Amino acid sequence: MTLQIFVPSDTTACSLGADAIAAAIELAAAQSGADIELIRNGSRGLFWLEPMVEVETPAGRVAYGPVEISDVHGLLKAGLFDGNVEHPLCGGLTEEIPFLKNQQRVTFARLGLGDPLSLEHYLAHDGFRGLQQALSLRPADMVQQVMDSGLRGRGGAAFPTGIKWKTVLDAEADQKYIVCNADEGDSGTFADRLVMECDPYMLIEGMVIAGLAVGANQGYIYLRSEYPLAQRIMDEAIVRARAAGYVGANICGSGRQFELEVRLGAGAYICGEETALLESLEGKRGMVRAKPPLPALKGLFAKPTVVNNVLSLAALPFIFDKGAQAYADLGMGRSRGTLPFQLAGNVRQGGLVELAFGVSLRELMEDFGGGTFTGRPLKAVQVGGPLGAYLPESQWDTPLDYEAFAAIGAVLGHGGVVMFDDTVDMGEQARFSMEFCVVESCGKCTPCRIGSTRGVEVIDKIRSGQQPEANLALLDELCTTMIDGSLCAMGGMTPFPVQSVMKYFADDLRPLADRER
Amino acid sequence: MKSAPPSIAAVVEGLVASLKHQPGALLPILHALQDELTYVPDEAIAIIADALNQTRAEISGVISFYHHFRRTPPGDHVLQICRAEACQARGAKQLESHIKQRLAIDYHQTSADGRVSLEPVYCLGNCSCGPSIRIGDAIYGRVSPARFEQLLDDMTTQVVELV
Repeated sequence: MTLQIFVPSDTTACSLGADAIAAAIELAAAQSGADIELIRNGSRGLFWLEPMVEVETPAGRVAYGPVEISDVHGLLKAGLFDGNVEHPLCGGLTEEIPFLKNQQRVTFARLGLGDPLSLEHYLAHDGFRGLQQALSLRPADMVQQVMDSGLRGRGGAAFPTGIKWKTVLDAEADQKYIVCNADEGDSGTFADRLVMECDPYMLIEGMVIAGLAVGANQGYIYLRSEYPLAQRIMDEAIVRARAAGYVGANICGSGRQFELEVRLGAGAYICGEETALLESLEGKRGMVRAKPPLPALKGLFAKPTVVNNVLSLAALPFIFDKGAQAYADLGMGRSRGTLPFQLAGNVRQGGLVELAFGVSLRELMEDFGGGTFTGRPLKAVQVGGPLGAYLPESQWDTPLDYEAFAAIGAVLGHGGVVMFDDTVDMGEQARFSMEFCVVESCGKCTPCRIGSTRGVEVIDKIRSGQQPEANLALLDELCTTMIDGSLCAMGGMTPFPVQSVMKYFADDLRPLADRER
Repeated sequence: MKSAPPSIAAVVEGLVASLKHQPGALLPILHALQDELTYVPDEAIAIIADALNQTRAEISGVISFYHHFRRTPPGDHVLQICRAEACQARGAKQLESHIKQRLAIDYHQTSADGRVSLEPVYCLGNCSCGPSIRIGDAIYGRVSPARFEQLLDDMTTQVVELV
């Protein structure tokens, strides 16, 4: 019988040599005449085990990782082609690895199971069932379904998706658009990338559903140029979905139309802000627009536009297939459903952890993350990207919930969790927050454009011992000005990590000369 | 006799003509040009402006806004180092100084032999396996200085074809 062997093909696995490993396994099989089928699956999100090679056995898939090219010979010698292998890299049955077993994979239920571009595989695992359900519903009922699910924007702002949709549905226009925000620029996040590289049809299905619901027949995926592999896979998936009738002039024979296209960004963090993104899609500088008008009423090319994050759109197939209630049953308070958390930075077991809202940050970092990569004590955690606060240990028991995080002046954002050990200099991190804003500000409003540059200067003065007390007071005032006076979250939130350093890691902001004493 | 390669203007005109009709055509045009020519040459600006009925200042303004677009040809390889927080937590700063010292250049510069252009990047989405770098379209994770030396070797080794 043909033995199935899986070697992931996503960016992370490939960044660690998966292509060479796959080639070595295929070559060895050809030489020995072993009857194997090598499948380049998507990653299962257990990044600390990447490249993770899996072998199908009667008991289920068995995982080996992290496999380096130098390990392949040993694995083969130990009998990789015979199925069950005793080897130090063997992690046992994949599904039994606690990191995976203890998750609540809803959106990512299919992650890494098979070839991302195989339509047959997608269809065999509930693919396009949500769309089939959606095709039988009236638009208003579809919007109601999303409202009932409690889904909130997964890009970070957590605005109720159903309300946004209703605004677009109710708007009168000859043309409406669905825009997918795939400009995943936050450090520590890769969930959007995993959707696009490992389960691209799920995003296509979500966008078609959104289009049918609000009466839009054109969709754009605005993808960051830092994700070249995601671009290739999405482009190919759209071609195949169109050929199979899931995208195009006559969706599933319903007579309804939805066109879809990937557009590439060009290395500007600000284009993750929805109005800057729309400007960029229109072929302009990615300058933030003042709101109102809301993009839902005057968005792309001044037409009513749904701008949703990849993860919001990717949640739709489940919601329409299994029902709004099944999604809303998960979570806590006003945070319904699941959030795919991303464990990153100095973490022993990094990767994707999809959980219902409500688990504490500490549980996530310890039970799933297994502590720091270096084994040193954990000092600070930045949740929600470069605009998120640095959290000290006293805040790690906060439940992962939008409101609970807001209550401590922090954000969940897009679910990125970046861990730092005790070697980190938090003064340097505060400086970097301002420096990043200097590089990435669109320049439209003064507090952001000028404030960030002044922020770097003031922090440098404090650290070099020039009137530290007076300059700390000035930094505090500058932060307030940026928060209150900026047009969007770039300038408005850049002070959050800075203020958290001032409040919880004040020692690290003392002049360097004093600290060395 | 070999025919002369098409002039830059001819390449630009061809690409612009094939793309200008789509809505919001400017970024797709600039990407296509840079993919084809490795940079956006000065002579492209007037041609694009003309085709899109915009001013040359508007086209220049868009090019300069986006970090991705370049106005001059890069070295043989574009090397990007991730400077973002998740990679910082895994030693990106040490890797950054090693690479700068090794290539004897700073960001936005090209090595003296013309082989490598160095650029910063803010996140490659490989945040569990930093520090990460990108060379061309390939992304590399868990890059130690030693692993970088190996990659640099591969980049700068010329393949000699024996006839």
